[in-house]
Amino acid sequence: MVHWSAEEKQLISSVWGKVNVEECGAEALARLLIVYPWTQRFFSNFGNLSSPTAIVGNPKVRAHGKKVLTSFGEAVKNLDNIKGTYSKLSELHCEKLHVDPENFRLLGDILVIVLASHFGRDFTPACQCAWQKLVGVVAHALARRYH
Amino acid sequence: MVLSGADKNNVKGLFAKIGGHAEEYGAETLERMFAAYPQTKTYFPHFDLGKGSAQVKGHGKKVAAALVEAANHIDDIAGALSKLSDLHAQKLRVDPVNFKLLGQCFLVVVASHNPALLTPEVHASLDKFLCAVGTVLTAKYR
Repeated sequence: MVHWSAEEKQLISSVWGKVNVEECGAEALARLLIVYPWTQRFFSNFGNLSSPTAIVGNPKVRAHGKKVLTSFGEAVKNLDNIKGTYSKLSELHCEKLHVDPENFRLLGDILVIVLASHFGRDFTPACQCAWQKLVGVVAHALARRYH
Repeated sequence: MVLSGADKNNVKGLFAKIGGHAEEYGAETLERMFAAYPQTKTYFPHFDLGKGSAQVKGHGKKVAAALVEAANHIDDIAGALSKLSDLHAQKLRVDPVNFKLLGQCFLVVVASHNPALLTPEVHASLDKFLCAVGTVLTAKYR
């Protein structure tokens, strides 16, 4: 079980409380597909991903980004049991979706950058530290049931 | 990893807009890196890493200057950073994984200070550029 200090929990929940899940989720997924174009391999049925503009405006990308970040919210609500929270999702990503866990790390880093761009100076080094830890724990939990 | 013409323009443009803030960004990048990735502190046992440390500020300035130099010679990063590459290979021997951590923190600094500058396209170009710099600095390791 991961240990979270009271300060880390506070930094995580105070940021999360101000996040527009739909906007941030859409932006994080779009940036993943733009910055690391090989990640588009999982989304061949998403239609037009031919340019950054197309990706940012793509409704399937927006919807899926929202879905992914909404799910991330489950981790924020269950910091003391992230492993359990993502057990089934981990199996799904392995058995059905066949996603290399490295992609979870890439998305996590992009999410941190998106948060920094939204929160500016309020996204302090301590804040970034707590969130890098969280995205790392989420990535680890999603990879945990791989076989 | 090849930098396209557009990538080079994006990176040069970004550094031009950052201008004199580069040194400050360098220091903040290190501060964030030491906070988020404590293992990176192992390369600085001789430094005071406390908040506001003059040594961290000074070193941040050096790191930023190297990035600026690379951006100014973006057609030949290997040439521009050749001496730094030797230094990292022979003396510093910073494990290659750490360049990605530094890069992540630099992106966070740019994003937090200039969200409007870091469009998805510029983000992609800057990420590639930082990868290229890391590759050059570790190129002579073995």
